[in-house]
Amino acid sequence: MTRFLIAIALALTASFAHATLKVFACEPEWDALARELGGDQVEVYAATTAQQDPHRVQARPSLIAQLRQADLLVCTGADLEAGWLPVLLRQARNPAVQPGQPGHFLAADQVTLLEVPTSIDRAEGDVHPQGNPHIQVDPRRIAAVAAALGRRLAEIDSAGAAVYAARTDGFLKRWQDATTQWERRAASLRGKRFVVQHAQWVYLFDWLDVQTAGAIEPKPGLPPAAGHLAALRQQLAARRADGIVRSPLSDPKAAEWLATETGLPVIELPQTVGATADAGSLFALFDAILGRLSGGRR
Amino acid sequence: MLRTLLAGAAAGTLIVPSLASAAADPEIAELKKAMAEMRRDYEARIGALEKRLAQAERKSTPARATASPAKTTPGGASSTATAAVVAAPVVAPSSPAVAESVAAPTRASSATAGASAFNPAISLVLEGTAAAYSRDPEHWHLPGFWLGGHGGRPPEGLSVGHTELTVSANVDDWFYGQATLAVHDDEEGTELELEEAFIDTLSLPAGLGLRLGRFFPQVGYLNTHHPHTWDFVDAPLPNQAFLGGQWYEDGARLSWVAPTDLYVELGVEALRGGNYPVEGDTDGFLGGAQNAYAKLGGAVGTEHEWQAGLSYLWAEPTDRTSAHGQGQGDAGHSDESFVFSGDSPLLAADLVWKWAPDGNPTERNAVFQAEYFRRQEDGQLRFTNDAGGALLPYEGTQQGFYVQGVYQFVPRWRAGLRYDRVWSDNSLRVAVNESGEDDAALLDESGLLDDGHDPHRWSAMIDYSHSEYSRLRLQFTRDYTLPEADNQVFLQYVMSLGAHGAHRF
Repeated sequence: MTRFLIAIALALTASFAHATLKVFACEPEWDALARELGGDQVEVYAATTAQQDPHRVQARPSLIAQLRQADLLVCTGADLEAGWLPVLLRQARNPAVQPGQPGHFLAADQVTLLEVPTSIDRAEGDVHPQGNPHIQVDPRRIAAVAAALGRRLAEIDSAGAAVYAARTDGFLKRWQDATTQWERRAASLRGKRFVVQHAQWVYLFDWLDVQTAGAIEPKPGLPPAAGHLAALRQQLAARRADGIVRSPLSDPKAAEWLATETGLPVIELPQTVGATADAGSLFALFDAILGRLSGGRR
Repeated sequence: MLRTLLAGAAAGTLIVPSLASAAADPEIAELKKAMAEMRRDYEARIGALEKRLAQAERKSTPARATASPAKTTPGGASSTATAAVVAAPVVAPSSPAVAESVAAPTRASSATAGASAFNPAISLVLEGTAAAYSRDPEHWHLPGFWLGGHGGRPPEGLSVGHTELTVSANVDDWFYGQATLAVHDDEEGTELELEEAFIDTLSLPAGLGLRLGRFFPQVGYLNTHHPHTWDFVDAPLPNQAFLGGQWYEDGARLSWVAPTDLYVELGVEALRGGNYPVEGDTDGFLGGAQNAYAKLGGAVGTEHEWQAGLSYLWAEPTDRTSAHGQGQGDAGHSDESFVFSGDSPLLAADLVWKWAPDGNPTERNAVFQAEYFRRQEDGQLRFTNDAGGALLPYEGTQQGFYVQGVYQFVPRWRAGLRYDRVWSDNSLRVAVNESGEDDAALLDESGLLDDGHDPHRWSAMIDYSHSEYSRLRLQFTRDYTLPEADNQVFLQYVMSLGAHGAHRF
């Protein structure tokens, strides 16, 4: 009997010592990253899937229930989640994940942002005052976020700090090797020009030294309009581009029309982990992006 | 029950600061860590600046438009970056070389914004309607019901509806504050109303939350949502009959969110009760009305999300009037009035179900929404006129519901259908009559007899949203509020300016 009780007590303390850290990830890329860095020590809930647009999410009851229980929130920030995260934070009643707390981690705060607007007007479309929030398609920025997230995990869950440090170190080493290879592979892409659907590839193009030849959306977040598309076609006739880049989330019609008009290939790029079948992990995401961009697959 | 809960909440808030001071030692450690981190950050920042300077000197012409600090080219990125070793952090893994060129030095972007960064979020909603009715809206009333608050139909012709100004911000790490000013016209002229002015706690432990001030009580679903988020031009009949369109009240709300995967929120509200549908004794410490509610919700797969609510309101109106004399049938004399005193508890139930393929509502989505209300009144009506008055003992059961579905069939276009109905079972008699009018006329003028007719309507709408911030709507309603059908056509615009309004479920 006593042995039984001791066993139970041991089991209980053991379960407390290894209590998993609950992470609420706003987007699939941070879900994947938190799993990489936390391993068994974290239990990650992804608020959105790759099939959902993180701009347009509602503060759903299931999200409130999950955030209520979270120890750490990992989101992109830079107002990407402005339409739902503030409400979610207020409704979830969780002091640990409020802004300013260690449990509130924003990836965009860890990196430099591009396209910081000099003037802000909604007539310019869905502009983000702090800069373009789609940072996840640049492996250098992923690395910067990983290093900061590793530190944050160790800070919140000090009992598991050594494991987080080791896992983060390991991840960053593998990531750096992979990045070197990706960059070697992408050398031929330098200087090429692509038409984009939505302004979500800025960081990828910045990394690869690739140019934007125009955008199908007349303004960020606004639907393609006939006049704008016609102008874009003329522009492309004057100066050729190398392809039209879109994510699986966007409506393919406008891109396909432009493709038949200009003869340019439409390249579907996964915008995050899980967006296409071959982008199942963070590593696979960049393999897939480079493979598709280099003309391996249309 | 209410009193103990409130006392508990007050005690809880008092305990929190003493807990905070106990954590002094870890704070020093944290400070040290923060300082070490700051030093590191500055070193990294200076490094980045030096690199940038060197780069600027190398490049004679600024070739690139994008402002990227310490831009590195592919292939060269890792090799050049590895050389510049960042000081090893204290707690955690060494900073990766790949990341160095893009890592944020400090939060420079927010620093440049200066004092204006602390300005609260301000949003303005502009709304306007054009309405046409086939029958004269002057004679419109709701048989069996009194209309209070803002119950009633939008004015015929062109009109600016509800102009709403909302200001909100976190006060500090403990409190969030929000105020909404609404401007609209009625028969008496332009009216400026303070619809909301409340604070929410942000850091109470154990999932508790306290809201103090003026807010929309948690009765049903639509009542807690601003009209510009509604899917139809006007409020459903039950909301007009039981809540006067939309009901706000001064008071306090204590609520709790359960730490479960199923969303469970339980709450109690102590309300002043000065407005329709209460208009009770507002002097009480716990107000003239109390409300208790429960909300449940969750996901079914990735495509479905639901929320259900149930609430019960204890209300004891004292001389509750009928707004603007609308509800009293043909009793149009300004020196004649009916008031109600007695019990008027209100039960409300609601269900919202949303669907989107893959959980992505951008292309297509559907929302089903229904609410049911039941009010059981027991008391008496008092009639006053020049000659004297009358007393009419009254008992009534009044019910109503609406169901609606809205479907977004292509991006930006939505279509919706709504059916709403209210019905009553009221019994009243004349006990004392010193008014000089005969009993039958008094009963008729009370407006509480339904004349054997249940008011109901069919509404169909279609709307177009050019962006998230603008919406144009066309609505057609076949209105059987009175036995003879009234055909109604509405054109409406709803525009949101300023801060990005967050989307509540």
